[in-house]
Amino acid sequence: MTVRILTGNESAAWGARLARVQVVAAYPITPQSPVVETISAWVQAGELPAEFIAVESEHSAMSVCIGASTAGARTFTATSSNGLAYMTEQIWWAAGARLPIVMCVANRSLAAPWNVLNDQQDSMSVRDAGWIQLHCRDNQEILDTVVQAYRIAERLNLPVMVCYDGFLLSHTAMPVEVPTPEAVDAFLPPRPAPLQVIDPADPRNIGPVVIADRRRDAGGVLRGGYMELRAAHHEALLSALDVVAETADEWERSTGRSTGGLVVQHRLDDAEVVLVAAGSLVTQLTLVADGLRDRGVAVGVLGIRCYRPFPVEALRERLSGVRAALVFDKALSYGYAGPIAADLRAALYGVDGAPAVYGAVCGLGGREVTPEALTDAALSALADARAGVRERAVAWVGRLSEEVSR
Amino acid sequence: MTRITELPVEERVLPGNRACAGCGLGIGLRAVAKALEGRAVLTVPASCLTVLGGMYPVTSVQMPWVNCAFPSTAAVATGIAAGLRATGRGEELTVLAMAGDGGTGDIGIQALSGAAERNDDLIYLCYDNEAYMNTGTQRSGSTPVGARTTTTWTGKRENPKDVPRIMEAHRVPYVAVTSAAFPTDVYDKVAKARSMRGLRYLHMHTSCPSGWGFDPALSVRLGKAAVECGIVILYEVEHGAFRLTGRSAALAKAGGALKPVDEYLAAQSRFRGLDAQAKAAIQAWVDERWTEALERHARGK
Amino acid sequence: MDPFDAIAMSRPARGEAGRTGDWRNARPVIDASACVAAKQARVTCQICWAHCPDACIEQGAPPSIDLEYCKGCGICAEECPAGAIAMVPEAEHGVCEAAEVEER
Ligand SMILES: Cc1ncc(C[n+]2csc(CCOP(=O)(O)OP(=O)(O)O)c2C)c(N)n1
Ligand code: SF4
Ligand code: SF4
Ligand code: SF4
Ligand SMILES: [Mg+2]
Repeated sequence: MTVRILTGNESAAWGARLARVQVVAAYPITPQSPVVETISAWVQAGELPAEFIAVESEHSAMSVCIGASTAGARTFTATSSNGLAYMTEQIWWAAGARLPIVMCVANRSLAAPWNVLNDQQDSMSVRDAGWIQLHCRDNQEILDTVVQAYRIAERLNLPVMVCYDGFLLSHTAMPVEVPTPEAVDAFLPPRPAPLQVIDPADPRNIGPVVIADRRRDAGGVLRGGYMELRAAHHEALLSALDVVAETADEWERSTGRSTGGLVVQHRLDDAEVVLVAAGSLVTQLTLVADGLRDRGVAVGVLGIRCYRPFPVEALRERLSGVRAALVFDKALSYGYAGPIAADLRAALYGVDGAPAVYGAVCGLGGREVTPEALTDAALSALADARAGVRERAVAWVGRLSEEVSR
Repeated sequence: MTRITELPVEERVLPGNRACAGCGLGIGLRAVAKALEGRAVLTVPASCLTVLGGMYPVTSVQMPWVNCAFPSTAAVATGIAAGLRATGRGEELTVLAMAGDGGTGDIGIQALSGAAERNDDLIYLCYDNEAYMNTGTQRSGSTPVGARTTTTWTGKRENPKDVPRIMEAHRVPYVAVTSAAFPTDVYDKVAKARSMRGLRYLHMHTSCPSGWGFDPALSVRLGKAAVECGIVILYEVEHGAFRLTGRSAALAKAGGALKPVDEYLAAQSRFRGLDAQAKAAIQAWVDERWTEALERHARGK
Repeated sequence: MDPFDAIAMSRPARGEAGRTGDWRNARPVIDASACVAAKQARVTCQICWAHCPDACIEQGAPPSIDLEYCKGCGICAEECPAGAIAMVPEAEHGVCEAAEVEER
């Protein structure tokens, strides 16, 4: 183990390197580009025995990963923002084809208008595609999570998206413990044989048209239709709840570092209001909660590490007896609510003693999220919670409309 | 040139598949499969070929086959090739990307151009039935001028794009145009491509009774007529060296005279109602391309 | 886990689309006395075999046709250089046997 000063992007690249990725295909986009620049430099220098394929689009980046993963290789790519949106068709394909691809997403806003800075609209927009989505709080977690992601992906035959905030983490350097290759090898065996069979002696047609009904195969066995395959996919994703948690535990046993399993929690004891978020905001909220606790205000933090599958049970358990959960989303389902807030509300619906869920949108397009604004939002949530308010409109944290209009 | 009786007997395209009666693609695919001797993995996007391949859990083609999204064929093929190398199977199998004309020249051209620029190690074969057949005969970039489709009700106004020339501009090691009406020509070109490395591009004309509007019995006859009237020119460009091949080479040798296009056009309902001026324009387009091909054949590049 | 229950993956079989012979309006009938191969008693010619889109013709002198799957396109008859194949309307053979309805 060595400690290096690494940016989030470098941490992601190190994770892929330690996982001994075999095929990397990527296309540049801010703020992800340094991930693939770093990997391509290692490949060209002979430090990483992988193929680096400089494709002509993100759609092709995921397509190459799909092809290589089908052939049994361990594959990696990274993207952000419009790059992720552009590969959306293949995001769905990779998941439906049950390929254990790992992709880093340096979270960034989506155009129009152009904006290269952080929010989480990009990965949130593909939350329904059937990938496992893990969020990182800091650069150490990025490295650790990329390695874990391969274990999870290859156990379940599901792709994993490792998300971290653009610039806030991607371009911020901090000390990161880089495990030895031996330590990672002990944790992460080579990729097992894929489900997909490419063998002229036993030719298969992989991913063909599947009808709505069931149909017999050549041997007379009745096989499921499209819906049965989708149900199997959903069940695999739900079983990821256990696998993600177990994998984090095993990682902690082997490295001594906790990355959190499904959720990370901070000062939940007797909390009246719990602040909920994903990504680097969780680290910020931890400091805000500490400040409020110092002032005698009982505030805790619940960080969502695993956003898909959504850790319903873990959230219900951690939030029971709390007056209100205030969710900070760096994304918005336009015309409705922040995605995490909406999901949490649904997860808690009808649960006895469940808190009110308030939604706040912050940080869109890199708008600075200050401790003061977070503190104010927490205090106003507390006041509303004590007044028994159950429903609130989405609060815009850090929006400057008044100053702008003046 | 391989003779029909020298073609391998073993079939990898099974009877009872879902393609229309008389589909040129079926003829071409059989020849392609014979040339690959089963030592290949196909990747196929949404197209009539997907339908021919069959519905889960039964397939009608005895070759490893990976379906892919419509625009992604070349990139998925690149990935399969890289994945096979990474897992120590790079020498075992040829990667064959096989897509329709729409999947190649229209929505798939970005991925194809990228793979060609990188000279990725795969064969890309476009079968050209001159429209989006799988979705009901809409026009594609390969649809000939004058042809009626379900999005060109009065006939397409534009000439088709010349995808093999676009591929030549990438200076890939091998570009060839073939026709399923000549199974041995298909066989020879695929066999040659298989012996080479890098990106090898084949363009295979396949007649389509359902989409073009003709009696399926005439499927081969029309495919041959397309070559005999110069609408399709059989050639190959091997490391920059151009030569006419097969029937087109024979026509050149016999003095270069082509049949007029009229008969070919008249046999297909998609060309119904073309006036003399439109036919003359098509003839002029054919003559210009043929003259150019003869010149290139003479020059050898 | 049975991979076939997790991902869509097919195995090959004849008749994926059922008995495609049922699609036919007319069936190809080879007149051995006219067939080049049959006359030479050697596997020559085989033009019909090479051009059948459905791999329904087996090489031979004369070749033989798999009527269970032959779709009746008529290409073989059209291409036979000896005119040895006739497309005979199915009606002349009576109503074609109904395939058993298989649950596929
Ligand atoms: C992204 C996307 N857009 C559209 C389609 C619908 N689609 C499926 S096949 C097809 C046409 C295929 O045409 P071509 O590639 O020429 O093959 P053909 O069907 O003619 O054999 C279209 C438009 C799709 N599957 N994916
Ligand atoms: S529509 Fe044309 S190309 Fe498609 S299966 Fe039918 S005949 Fe073949
Ligand atoms: S060419 Fe057509 S008619 Fe002849 S055997 Fe084949 S499917 Fe039947
Ligand atoms: S094409 Fe005609 S002559 Fe030739 S083998 Fe077939 S039936 Fe005989
Ligand atoms: Mg087409």
